[in-house]
Amino acid sequence: MTTNILEVSGLKTYYKTRLKEKVFAVDGVDFVLEEGKTLGIAGESGCGKSTLALSLMGFYFPPLHYGSGSIQIHGRDIMKLSKEQLRTQISGREIAYIPQAAMNALNPTLRIIRFIEDIMKEHRPELTKKQVWDMAVERFETLNLSPKVLRSYPNELSGGMKQRTVIAISTILNPKVLIADEPTSALDVTSQKAVIKLMKDLLDKQFIRSLVFITHELPLLYHVTDDIMVMYAGEIVERGTAEQMIFDPLHPYTKKLMGSIIVPEEGMKGHKLAAIPGTPPNLKHVPAGCRFAERCSYAQDQCRENNVAVKEVDGRQYRCHFDTGTLKEWYANEQS
Amino acid sequence: MSSRDLLIRGRGITKVFGYGAAKTTAVDTVDFDFHKGEIISIVGESGSGKTTLAKIIMGLLKESGGSIDYKGQPRVLRRHADRKKYWKDIQAIFQDPFSSFNLFQRVEKLLLSCIRLQGLKLTKEEQFNKMKEACSFVNLKFEELYNKYPFELSGGQMQRLMIARIFMLHPKVLIADEPTSMVDACSRSTILDMLLKLRDENEMTIIFITHDVGLAYYVSDTIYIMEKGQIVERGPAEDIILNPQQAYTRQLISDVPKIHTAWDLG
Repeated sequence: MTTNILEVSGLKTYYKTRLKEKVFAVDGVDFVLEEGKTLGIAGESGCGKSTLALSLMGFYFPPLHYGSGSIQIHGRDIMKLSKEQLRTQISGREIAYIPQAAMNALNPTLRIIRFIEDIMKEHRPELTKKQVWDMAVERFETLNLSPKVLRSYPNELSGGMKQRTVIAISTILNPKVLIADEPTSALDVTSQKAVIKLMKDLLDKQFIRSLVFITHELPLLYHVTDDIMVMYAGEIVERGTAEQMIFDPLHPYTKKLMGSIIVPEEGMKGHKLAAIPGTPPNLKHVPAGCRFAERCSYAQDQCRENNVAVKEVDGRQYRCHFDTGTLKEWYANEQS
Repeated sequence: MSSRDLLIRGRGITKVFGYGAAKTTAVDTVDFDFHKGEIISIVGESGSGKTTLAKIIMGLLKESGGSIDYKGQPRVLRRHADRKKYWKDIQAIFQDPFSSFNLFQRVEKLLLSCIRLQGLKLTKEEQFNKMKEACSFVNLKFEELYNKYPFELSGGQMQRLMIARIFMLHPKVLIADEPTSMVDACSRSTILDMLLKLRDENEMTIIFITHDVGLAYYVSDTIYIMEKGQIVERGPAEDIILNPQQAYTRQLISDVPKIHTAWDLG
């Protein structure tokens, strides 16, 4: 039987502006992540992907504030814990988070091993420096990273190597869930592949149990994650398996996103890329109706008037007024 | 392609950085022929010398060896006036939109400087209309933007504004150095569409510098594959991608995740 490692329900988090307005960047998100599964989160810039990742950690620094909802890790609601408990019991042990551009956060005056010693001082104070060193070397060797890296300074490493080092350091305490926010978008394709391989290794060797992977590169998600979730304007608009989402999307927004994929395969040339007109809505004044209605080519009056709850059909979730049959018929007509 | 006019021709371009033991050859005897209205992609991994080559073509770096002909004449960039004239014809979009703007200039001033570079004498109204037209070409609203500073714009907006500049200047050659690596997939398709539209309207030559083989295949007529400073393979996009000859090209293609075939992580 599978157990749910991460359960998020009704999560709302907002940014407070100087004028005391609340801007909900994550607006009522529910999802479940099963143990051993990987989940990809996709969407345009500014749709709330990174805010969601940040919110999952339980740390809220102004201007980001917690609104409502719960985040449960193995049935334990982390929103009910104190900051001290979060820091010592959750962060790094249960959930590890790799923010965007994490590789630029390494202090250039310290050798890599010092970062690991730093973590151990907090979480495993009983270990001696020698034991930490041995442990680090062992971990790096298992992950096919050269232990020489441990003695290097960050500026001696290439971008891809730095990113892999950051991932290795942040998973050293064997967290259950790793949240990686755009870990490969600053890298070239060859280093990207190395980073993906490292994450697969971590999963295979059970150093981490589950992975939440945030990116806008859809072909990447297709190969890395079991499920894909698409966000738009702070809401989840669709979730399904990677296979379903890429080849058989339901929501018009997902459909457009999948149309913008570029791959070096036959038939790509001369293929018209889908572009979405306009920009996402300003989250300060969200429209009353479906949030995508303004840019949706299938939108009708009812879409603009009232929003719709997430529907569940054959284990897939999507947020649209129309049923799957109607949508599929439209897509088929468009193709011909 | 060969029927088209040859615009830029390079023979034996070499660039060496450093002296003695620290000597590095970033670009090693590279030959190229860029034609009018052609879209070329230079593909290679980080550190393969593709940006250095782009800077040499731009005239921002001086080549250590080799020669470049522009419109059949050897290129002269000795005096400032020569360079200014050359840059009226050749323009660039860089990878990081956040660092290609002057932080202290409003959008209006940036676009006005394009008019000045062309040496046009226009009335206030004509200037306004011209800037408005350029912005509407890239789906931006000039009325909302002209008063803003670059940091108030999003990455995609900045990159589109860069294209608006190109639209105003009508250069003969555009060098696009990773123009879409910092923007998301949706803005990427919008930006690529705009660039292709510019090519169709003005017969502009576009040189894409990228590490993404998929992107290169989608946009370009000709692909140059660059490894450690050398061009290892060049030819029409279809041939290179669907039937690669060199091991390095095959590796680059296999590193990109695809959606119809398995991705070998081995």
